Amino acid sequence: MTETFYEVMRRQGITRRSFLKYCSLTAAALGLGPSFVPKIAHAMETKPRIPILWLHGLECTCCSESFIRSAHPLAKDVILSMVSLDYDDTLMAAAGHQAEAIISETIDKYDGNFILAVEGNPPLNQEGMSCIIAGKPFNEQLMHVAKHCKAIISWGSCASYGCVQAAAPNPTGATPIHKVINDKPIIKVPGCPPIAEVMTAVVTYILTFERFPELDRQGRPKMFYSQRIHDKCYRRPHFDAGQFVETWDDEAARKGYCLYKMGCKGPTTYNACSTIRWNEGTSFPIQAGHGCIGCSEDGFWDKGSWYARLTDIKQFGVESNADKVGGTAAAVVGAATAAHMAASAVKRAKQKGE
Amino acid sequence: MSQVEAYKIQSTPAVYVYEGPLRLWHWINALAITVLCVSGYFIGSPLPSLSGEASDYFLMGYIRFAHFAAGYVIAVGFLFRIYWAIVGNYHARQLLLPPFFSGKFWGGVWHELRWYFFLEKEPRKYVGHNPLAMVMMHLFMVWGLLFMIFTGFALYGEGKGMGSWQYEWFSSWIIPLFGQSQDVHTWHHLFMWAIVIFVIVHIYAAIREDIMSRQSLVSTMISGWRMFRDNREPDDHYLK
Ligand code: HEM
Ligand code: HEM
Ligand code: SF4
Repeated sequence: MTETFYEVMRRQGITRRSFLKYCSLTAAALGLGPSFVPKIAHAMETKPRIPILWLHGLECTCCSESFIRSAHPLAKDVILSMVSLDYDDTLMAAAGHQAEAIISETIDKYDGNFILAVEGNPPLNQEGMSCIIAGKPFNEQLMHVAKHCKAIISWGSCASYGCVQAAAPNPTGATPIHKVINDKPIIKVPGCPPIAEVMTAVVTYILTFERFPELDRQGRPKMFYSQRIHDKCYRRPHFDAGQFVETWDDEAARKGYCLYKMGCKGPTTYNACSTIRWNEGTSFPIQAGHGCIGCSEDGFWDKGSWYARLTDIKQFGVESNADKVGGTAAAVVGAATAAHMAASAVKRAKQKGE
Repeated sequence: MSQVEAYKIQSTPAVYVYEGPLRLWHWINALAITVLCVSGYFIGSPLPSLSGEASDYFLMGYIRFAHFAAGYVIAVGFLFRIYWAIVGNYHARQLLLPPFFSGKFWGGVWHELRWYFFLEKEPRKYVGHNPLAMVMMHLFMVWGLLFMIFTGFALYGEGKGMGSWQYEWFSSWIIPLFGQSQDVHTWHHLFMWAIVIFVIVHIYAAIREDIMSRQSLVSTMISGWRMFRDNREPDDHYLK
């Protein structure tokens, strides 16, 4: 018999009291009412534990680093006790052949019934040589495990969109997970890294309810990615008033005005930073005085400067944006119109003279 | 001028081409587009920062409000214009359905191009739009405007939030289609300049043709009546 979640937690030294506290914390984090607390507790007590295999491709491990810093120590302990038991090469104790054996063991035991969490992505160019795990290209490991899993979590912008290693010209052919696997349900949790509490809440939701939370069209959980940073930013009143930081360290910057003109990507970025914030709710980039760089958006590395409001348009040279391209075109047309006007006047004068 | 000639000009019949609702639409549309271009530009590159209490001002808010209000005017106006193309007179259909399958029409476009390059000595005479104008208006004011309305509402839906009809109808599929929100902003911004270019050329051409061609234009868009300088057979009679 496989253990239930509750049994695993108890074995890890978590008291029943803490367990119930965890259930209510989870319900709150997921935005569920108090009536859900007993439901979560019941699910945890009766359901067999669903193992997670956590694979690492081309990545920087910032997702793992974020994950283990979840604000509720309780949630962190509980979830780590559920996850780290299996395969995660950053967190697990096993190494080498022993570690790789865990993968085949999990596949044998839980075929079609475990969650695959992917941090990073596979590089497809040069036969996948740019990311070798246990002597083989990462893509092979990914494909093998994906074939047997129940569902996939794409952690961070790497797995969701490609992130920096996929930025132009993408020499290694780094490719997001949904572009190499299309026969399994995938949930994207973008961000570089994603917010710790978002990660733990997503894991908890999937484990307790055995399904994904509601997703948007791009496959992100709606509960955390349905609003832009700009929609809940505490500097928003300054935006609406027309009060902007014009240069770093000007008076406006000291007063905490809006960072729109400094290239803040809050108006185009879907994430929960302005509500949940980071490091136990201490702060987030805009609160620290730097605009949002849009790290949870597709291709944010390739959209030009983080310090310019208008996006670079690369096709028209290094320093172009919509106003430069369009304004130049309009000026050319305006000048041509003026010349045409002059030529027309000359023609008319000539005709009159005839 | 001989007596006969003078008589001919005086007796040249005027034709009622643009009905009241169409003219009203033209000027409201022109005004709304002007508001959209100005406010849109300042959304992309806001005015110099104001100092003082945030609660004392709502400048950016008003600029955005003007943009969104004019955006609704354009969108509702466009729907009205489609309706009017169905119930209005023959000339009301030219903007939405130019006679693209007529060889004569393309011959007319060619003639107008030559006329603009000073290669034709004589202007032609039209009761409706001239063929080149029709092509330009159709491209910029049907497809260009539709592009602005769709991308505009996609951006608007983002602010309204998931669940709003603007988000469901526009943002939910247009944002992923372009990649992400930032790309939609860039395209929406770039096409503003296409619209600006159309407006420059359009106003110039309207005034120029009014002076140099065989029929009235600007006064026609005001009163609805087309006046002619002579009573030659119009060159677009084949269209009817
Ligand atoms: C933002 C500015 C403007 C826009 C977007 C615009 C757009 C249009 C459109 C779409 C039409 C086609 C009407 C139809 O078939 O329903 C039209 C016709 C016309 N517009 Fe404008 N317009 C603008 C400004 C002006 C101005 C300032 C003038 C006057 C100088 C003008 C003069 C005319 C004339 C004379 C016509 C009729 C052309 C003809 O008879 O063939 N427009 N305009
Ligand atoms: C001729 C038509 C239009 C023009 C020329 C125009 C122009 C612009 C420009 C230049 C921007 C700034 C883009 C940027 O750099 O971020 C903008 C933003 C925007 N426009 Fe338009 N627009 C037009 C129609 C519309 C319509 C029909 C709507 C629908 C309501 C709309 C809604 C918006 C929204 C929501 C934004 C973003 C505002 C923000 O970021 O705060 N626009 N527009
Ligand atoms: S700082 Fe950024 S997110 Fe905040 S109101 Fe200004 S533009 Fe929006």
